[in-house]
Amino acid sequence: MLTNYAFWFLSFLAVFSALGMIFSRNPVFSVLSLIVTFFSIAGHYFLLNAQFLAAVHIIVYAGAIMVLFLYVIMMLNLNTLEEEKKSLFAKISAVATAGILMLVMVGAMVKADEITVVQQASNIDVGLTKNLGMALYNDFLLPFELSSVLFLGAMVGSVYLSKKELA
Amino acid sequence: MEQELLHGININHYLGLAAALFSIGALGVLFRRNAIIMFMCVELMLNAVNLTLVAFSKIWGQTDAQVFVFFIMVVAAAEVAVGLSILMMLYRNMHTTDTNVLNLLKN
Repeated sequence: MLTNYAFWFLSFLAVFSALGMIFSRNPVFSVLSLIVTFFSIAGHYFLLNAQFLAAVHIIVYAGAIMVLFLYVIMMLNLNTLEEEKKSLFAKISAVATAGILMLVMVGAMVKADEITVVQQASNIDVGLTKNLGMALYNDFLLPFELSSVLFLGAMVGSVYLSKKELA
Repeated sequence: MEQELLHGININHYLGLAAALFSIGALGVLFRRNAIIMFMCVELMLNAVNLTLVAFSKIWGQTDAQVFVFFIMVVAAAEVAVGLSILMMLYRNMHTTDTNVLNLLKN
């Protein structure tokens, strides 16, 4: 019963802070709203028994990615920059496009609980670190190692791009 | 067959929430002109997809979907590192992050 209320609370928090992110004029406020959204998504992961993912989500998104965004915004001093508004036609068409997109997705998903035939929820603690680690290091070992190469490439690329004088 | 994830919450609720978050992300990409905000909206869309994957992982009792979420996070982190350094370089050369000004590849 309590988890039910927690679901609705976290959902409304996520949606409203996401709306606050896109409609706020100040980029720093946008970043902070997005951090609130990420925390509520991490709360959803906790409710779904995915503890490891919730912890990784907080560490990676709130701890690393959003701090990076905050750094860049503060270094560029964007919160003093006045952003020109888009034309009214562009705004209306953006809202209409997003609304139609949501309508299509909800329409496609509305019968999902009848289509998704589930034998039974076999393993209740799939989200624990032990089970995820077993899957990651047995079945997904090659992608795991390849992701380290991806990180190396990203590191080299970002260091090269941020060099002062590029040829 | 009715499958409840929590008390009174089934898969439809999670799919609806993910659809709402994804649409808000898409709206942000179309609505704003600041490239950094658009980039954050892309992150929000990735997270909406992650939420559906975790919900289905719970319903099927399988770990595979959660491993996919893990890899999506890996790719998102790498993407942010490279994308933000591109934006930094753009700002250094053009002194703006407005996407209506950054139109060198248009036409």
